[in-house]
Amino acid sequence: MSAAVGVFDSSNLNGGQRLAIKYFTVAMVLFGAQILFGLLAGIQYLNPDFLYGILDFNVNRMVHINAMVIWMLFGFIGASYWLLEDETGVPVVGLWLGNLAFWVFTGAVTVVVLVYLFVQWGPGNDMTRWFINEGREYIEAPRWADIGIVACVLVFFYNVAATVMKGRVTGITGVLVLDLVALAGLYLAGMFYTPNISIDQYWWWWVIHLWVEATWEVLVGCLMAYGLMTVLGTPRRIVQTWLYIEVALMFGTGILGLGHHYFWIGTPEYWLTVGGFFSSLEPIPLVAMVVHAIYDAGTHHTKSANHPTLAWLITHAFGNFLGAGVWGFMHTLPQINLYTHGTQWTASHGHLAFFGAYATMNIAFFYLAVQKARGNVWMGAGLAGNGWKWKWSLALLSTGVMGMTVALLISGYEQSFVERAMDGSTWQGYFDAQSHPWFKQGMYRRQIFGWMTAVGYVLLVWDLLTIGAHETRKAVFPASVEKGSGGAVTEPAPAA
Amino acid sequence: MTSIPWWASEGLWRKVAIWATGLMFVVLIFLTFDSMSDIIAGNGPRVPDYSVINKRISYKFDEKRNFQVPVIGEEAPLFGKKLSDEEAAALVSHGKKVVQGRNCMNCHTLLGNGAYFAPDLTKAWLDPGWGNEQAREALMLAFLQDPTNNARTFGTGRRMPNLKITEEEAKAVIAFLKWMSSIDTNGFPYMFKPLPQGGKS
Repeated sequence: MSAAVGVFDSSNLNGGQRLAIKYFTVAMVLFGAQILFGLLAGIQYLNPDFLYGILDFNVNRMVHINAMVIWMLFGFIGASYWLLEDETGVPVVGLWLGNLAFWVFTGAVTVVVLVYLFVQWGPGNDMTRWFINEGREYIEAPRWADIGIVACVLVFFYNVAATVMKGRVTGITGVLVLDLVALAGLYLAGMFYTPNISIDQYWWWWVIHLWVEATWEVLVGCLMAYGLMTVLGTPRRIVQTWLYIEVALMFGTGILGLGHHYFWIGTPEYWLTVGGFFSSLEPIPLVAMVVHAIYDAGTHHTKSANHPTLAWLITHAFGNFLGAGVWGFMHTLPQINLYTHGTQWTASHGHLAFFGAYATMNIAFFYLAVQKARGNVWMGAGLAGNGWKWKWSLALLSTGVMGMTVALLISGYEQSFVERAMDGSTWQGYFDAQSHPWFKQGMYRRQIFGWMTAVGYVLLVWDLLTIGAHETRKAVFPASVEKGSGGAVTEPAPAA
Repeated sequence: MTSIPWWASEGLWRKVAIWATGLMFVVLIFLTFDSMSDIIAGNGPRVPDYSVINKRISYKFDEKRNFQVPVIGEEAPLFGKKLSDEEAAALVSHGKKVVQGRNCMNCHTLLGNGAYFAPDLTKAWLDPGWGNEQAREALMLAFLQDPTNNARTFGTGRRMPNLKITEEEAKAVIAFLKWMSSIDTNGFPYMFKPLPQGGKS
C-alpha cells in the first residue's frame, strides 16, 4: 500500500529504488565533504600557514578529489538501480547482495578517508601502497580498497546484467550493461606498480580518461535518456536514437582523444597528432546532447512532471558542453597545451567539467528520487514558496562553480604566460607566477565563489529533505506508450 | 506512425555506435603496443634505462624538432658512487615508492600531472635553483629531510611540510628525480633553463 502523498515512505519505492536512496544519501554526504576540503585547500593558497603540518594541502586536496570521484560513482550506481526495475519490468535480481555490497563499499570508503586524514602517509614501501595511500592522483585508494571496490562494482554489475537478462532489454539498459563492462574493466588498468613513471601514467590515464571522457559520459547519456522520458514523456524511439548517436560520437572521438594525455609523458610524438585531432572532436557529442535536451523540452513547452529534475537536466546539457566541451577544447591542442599543461587551466576545466557533466545529472536523479519517495508528489509549477529553495540552490551552485572556473582560468592564463612562456618553467618561474597580483586575485575570487557553492549545497540539502513535504497534489506524469513503466497507454499530445 | 528517414533510424545508429567503438578500440590497442615498446625503460631512445643516474644529464636544443631534448653525457655517478644496472633500478624504484607514499603528487606535478600547489618535478634535478652542480646533491638531501627549516619558498611563504623523509629515502627520491629528468617529453616544459653543468655533454 502506498502512503499518503507528501509523506516520505519507502513503500512508495521498488526494491532497486530503496537501494538507490541509500547510495544517493551517501553521495550527498560525500558531496559535502568534497566542498569542505576544497574550501580548506583553497584557503591554503591564500594563507600557506593555515593548518600547516596538521592537515597539509596534499591531504585536503586528496580528500577533495577522492570524495568527488566516489560521490559521482555512488550517484551513478544509485541512478542505475533507480531505473532498473522500470526499464526491465522485473525486480532486481540478487538485491540482497546489492545491499550487502552497498554497506561494504560505504564502510571501505569511510575507513579509507579516516586513514587519509589521520595516518596521511607512510614509508616508501609496499605496505604503504596496500594499506595507507597509493599516491596516484584520483586513484589514491590503497590496494586493499581497490580490491573491495572491484568486488562491489562486480556485484552491482551482476545485479544490472542479471536483471536485464531476465526482463526486457531496452536500448538504455543494453548500452548501460556494455558500458558497465568497460567501466569495471578499466579500473583494473590502474591496479599495478611500476617504477617507470611513463608506463605508470600511460595506464593511469586509461582509468582516468576512459572513465571520465568515455564511459561516464555514456552512462550519463543513459540517465539523460531515462530522465527525459520520465519527466517530459519523450518517446523511447527518440531518446534511444539520440543515445546511439551520442555513443557513436562519444566513443568515436573519446577513445583516441585519450591521446591528449600522451603529449608530454615520454610517449611517441605521433600522439601529438592523434590526440590533438580526436580530442578536438570530443565536444561534438556534447553539442548533440544540448540540442536533444533543449529540443525535447521545447516540444513539450517545458511542461514537466518534475521541474527541478528538468532544470538540472538542462543545466547538465549546458554544463557538460561548456565545462567538458568548450573548456576542454580550449587547451587540448598540443600547441596550446605545451604552455597550459600542469597549470591552473587544468583546475579551471576540471571544476566546470565535473560539475557540469556529472554533479548536475546526479542531482537531477536525487529530485526524481525524493518525488517518488513522497508518493509521486507534485513538483511542477506553483510549489510552496514558488520553489525558491531549489531555484536558489541551482543558481548558487551553478554561479559558484562558474565563478571558480573563471577565477582559476585567469590565474591559469597568467601562470602560462609568466611561468611557462617567459620564465622557462623553472622553480623561480613557478613562484614568480604564483606571486603575481593577477594570480593572487584569481585565488581570492575562487575562494569567494567556493563559499557561494557551499551555501548552494546547504540549500540543496535542505530542499531535498523538505520539498513536497506539505504538498497534497499528485504529480501528473506525461504518458508515453513506449516507456512501459506505468499504466499509461496514450502518446503525449503532439506539439502544436 | 510517420515514416522515419533512414538516416534517423534507431537501427542505423546502433550499428554505427558499435562499429565506431570497436574500430577506435582496436586502433587504441595497436597504438598501445607500439607506445609500450617505446617507453619501457632502456628499450628505446625516449625513456632511458635506470642506470642513466650514473651519467650526466643535460639539455640541448634540437633544430629539427624545434625544442630541447635530453642528452646523456659522461660518467657522473649520483652521490659519487657508480651503481650496477640492478642497483640503479632498485634505487629508482624505492624513490618512486617514497614519492607515492608521501603523496607528493597532491601538491606537485610529475610530467605535468598532479596538483598545482608546488613546482613541477619533471626537471627538478636540473633546476637552476640549486645553484651549481657541486652543491646540488647536498642541497637536495638537506631540503628533503627538513623542508621546513630549509624552506625554498621564493618569497611566497608556501613551505613543504616535514614528511620525515629519512636520508636513505631522500637519496632514493633524488635518484628517481634524476632518472625522470632524462625522459624525452617532446619539449615539455618548453624553453626550460637547466642549471649550468660542467663537462662535455
